[in-house]
Amino acid sequence: MSPSPSSSVWERLEPLLPRVSKPARYIGGEDGARTPDHHPARVAWLLAYPDSYEIGLPNQGLQILYEILNERPDAVAERTYAPWIDLEAEMRGHDVPLFSVDTHRPAAAFDILAFNLSAELTYTNLLAMIDLAACPVRAADRGIDDLFVGAGGHCTFNPEPFAAFCDFVVLGDGEEVVGEISAALAGWKADRAAGEAVERLDALVALAGIVGVYVPALYEATHGADGRLLGTRPSHPAAPQQVEKRTVADLGAWPYPRTQLVPLTEVVHDRLNVEVFRGCTRGCRFCQAGMITRPVRERPAEQVRTMVADGLRRTGYDEVALTSLSTADFSGIEDVVRSIVDDDPPPEQRGPGSSLDCGAGLGAPIGPVATADVSVSLPSLRVDAFTVGIAAELQKARRTGLTFAPEGGTWRMRQVINKLISDDDLYGAVESAYSQGWRRMKLYFLIGLPTETDDDTLGIATLARNVVAIGRRHHKNPSVTISVGGFVPKPFTPFQWFGQNTREELTRKVGLLRDELRRDRGVALKWHDPRATTIEGILARGDRRLANVVEDVWRHGGTFQEWGEHFSMDLWLDALGRNGLGVEELAYRHRTEDEALPWDHLSAGLHKDFLWQDWRDALDEVGLEDCRWTPCYDCGACTGYGVEHVVANATPPAGGSQGTGRANPSAEPIAVPVALGRRPEPVGVG
Amino acid sequence: MRLRIRFTKLGKVRFTSHRDVARIWERALRRAQVPVARSQGFSPRPRLHFGLALSTGYESLAEYLDVDLAEGAAIHLAGLPERLTASLPAGFAATAVGEVAAGTSSLQHAVVASRWDIEVLGLGPATLTDRVADLMAAPELVTTRSRKGADVVDDVRPHLLALQLLGSTDGGVLLGADLAARDRALRPSELVALLGDGATEGRIRRIHQFTEQNGVRSEPLTPVGNGPVPPGITAAARPPAPHAMVRAL
Repeated sequence: MSPSPSSSVWERLEPLLPRVSKPARYIGGEDGARTPDHHPARVAWLLAYPDSYEIGLPNQGLQILYEILNERPDAVAERTYAPWIDLEAEMRGHDVPLFSVDTHRPAAAFDILAFNLSAELTYTNLLAMIDLAACPVRAADRGIDDLFVGAGGHCTFNPEPFAAFCDFVVLGDGEEVVGEISAALAGWKADRAAGEAVERLDALVALAGIVGVYVPALYEATHGADGRLLGTRPSHPAAPQQVEKRTVADLGAWPYPRTQLVPLTEVVHDRLNVEVFRGCTRGCRFCQAGMITRPVRERPAEQVRTMVADGLRRTGYDEVALTSLSTADFSGIEDVVRSIVDDDPPPEQRGPGSSLDCGAGLGAPIGPVATADVSVSLPSLRVDAFTVGIAAELQKARRTGLTFAPEGGTWRMRQVINKLISDDDLYGAVESAYSQGWRRMKLYFLIGLPTETDDDTLGIATLARNVVAIGRRHHKNPSVTISVGGFVPKPFTPFQWFGQNTREELTRKVGLLRDELRRDRGVALKWHDPRATTIEGILARGDRRLANVVEDVWRHGGTFQEWGEHFSMDLWLDALGRNGLGVEELAYRHRTEDEALPWDHLSAGLHKDFLWQDWRDALDEVGLEDCRWTPCYDCGACTGYGVEHVVANATPPAGGSQGTGRANPSAEPIAVPVALGRRPEPVGVG
Repeated sequence: MRLRIRFTKLGKVRFTSHRDVARIWERALRRAQVPVARSQGFSPRPRLHFGLALSTGYESLAEYLDVDLAEGAAIHLAGLPERLTASLPAGFAATAVGEVAAGTSSLQHAVVASRWDIEVLGLGPATLTDRVADLMAAPELVTTRSRKGADVVDDVRPHLLALQLLGSTDGGVLLGADLAARDRALRPSELVALLGDGATEGRIRRIHQFTEQNGVRSEPLTPVGNGPVPPGITAAARPPAPHAMVRAL
């Protein structure tokens, strides 16, 4: 690592760009981009997203850490994304290494290459990028001058399939822990610069001492004669028996990103994004995000309003998304929405622009925060009429389509998965939507859920038909798109023991729906490739033996596996075969209570016996209400970390059954152990 | 009220596409709080009208954009270029803004030709001098090129209005060319191909766009502080474009 300020690869990259598709992906220059001052005493992070720029740029986690690190005196951070296949070939042909888009420094000019891992099928891109960075792909092969490769994001709750490629893995919220990692590595660098006899292992040991940081090299996995995992245990005294996830107690203390990046070229989610809360306690049993991000931590409403107003003014975007796992559950969502879109707010609450005269002479005060110009979207709509009412308030103009996710085709199925939406909730929601001008409904479902019967699968078709029938009362040609995905059981969910449906079974179920809906006008069926679902399943719950498979697929050219046109089932099956591994053992069989799981040495805060009980409840078709508004089930997420739900209102939201499973929720506020306005002290630091 | 804006596109941002530039302008105008009119209908869009598309990878000192202001809105033009530049990404700069009289024809229709700086790599000055002379002397230049996805055979000689050597660059030779934009414009890449084997494109930059009225050429808008457009191609040093470097820091 010998960072030299003049070591930009731009001169060598520039001649390659006219030959590749969408070259604007590689130039940087986004509004909000930083060109930090590198210094030997500072820890230089290269934050990486292992997919194309247009997928990776909007990633909020990466943007949050980018800002937090650049605000620190002991760190700098730049960004990189997977070069598309055409540029990667050009780079390899012309000996151009992986580079940052901010200053086009080569990856070798950094100390840390840190990946956000959000999807299993990106693992091979991780290898491609490490290799392009001129770094050995296996952590065990790295020397004292090589990069430290790290990973964060939801996939790190089972890091074992890629553990061999990472020096460290972070569990949970990154806001605080990246500072501690910077401090640890800055200390190691300082010792090294002072001429002390330091080794790479010293840095890894220091990292292992940070809560939330898992150093795979300090653990050993043992397997039985049949290959099955027996357990993963520390092999070094510095490694804790169990690595706990990190949880930021107060989202209000972290109003990031402050300056969201505005890309020069089109990306997904190309809009302002404001995270309104983190965590979800709806308790949907299939949903890993809802399980591993507990407890619920709301952002103060006033901060949401400020971030929206400042963000729109700064970026020039005309769309803002209020993001979370279920935004309609935000306390007082109606008031927040109204304060954003109100056409005529009181003067002290005016949005940006409306009080400015624009250098004189504007005929009409045109503020960016106004319904006519700005659309506000709620990416995860709850399924009920109340939520549609909020959507109506938000989208005065572009009422094209609305998306709902009932997930299960029958009430029985939805009880099993604990997504307690009644048929009437759904019909009420679409009735409300069609009557207020929306014409296209999109409904998301999972197939291959535990205990699923063909009646449950066909229930999806019944719901779709009834939704179209409701639409016909309001429009001539209402349309419904049914999008079905094969269920992949994930770690730290009650379904982590469930044997995933085979790809043949998923294909059969898709066929059932196709046959059933063949003659239905107005219903379009889309489905996720069951082969990709199978590979996702293998990686989601795989153990360290999968490292050879991931590397094999990469070495045979299997990158960008998230992309349908590049996904290759054969590459994966061949690699599994070459390593003596079978899909049945890895994904299709049910696991038992006493069996070692590859993530047992990690903790998302959830008690394993809570998850097991919830799994049994699922099989008994017993639902579980949202613990934000009902007594605690002691899942472990709050008590284990001394944090609490942070919600501004202890009353369940109005309208429908609200997923609580109760037809008529009590109008009386329910006494619940929540922090009302009080902002808990951060815990677990250091 | 309709505004016409002249702007530059220089440096790394030359790799943004025409479509990217349109989106960049939509955001910049909102940031600068220019009251832009919006289209009617289901999905209202800001009413911006761009002139000739600039190929991805080319630079320009003379891009144009017309903006319809909201009904009844008025705006002071003084200081507006600076305000727009401050709202644009580094590499883009607004160099002039003017009001367009009602009934003025659109940029798409009005612009008849562009002037280009074309860096040619792979051939020496002597060879290029001969090739340029050959092209200018040719009665016709029949070439196959793609139009709306289909290959068509065109005589592009009428589109080659002027061509001459201007000097040398670091690794190549700089040509100046006036290329007609009417019907199907002659592109710099097609001109380089006409120069024959061995010639490849280096840096390419649009210098001027021309409208024509009663045989008199003029720019759709004259940059603030610049004199009239030179009548012919000259090798004289041009003033550097005001980069929007303020925001680069």
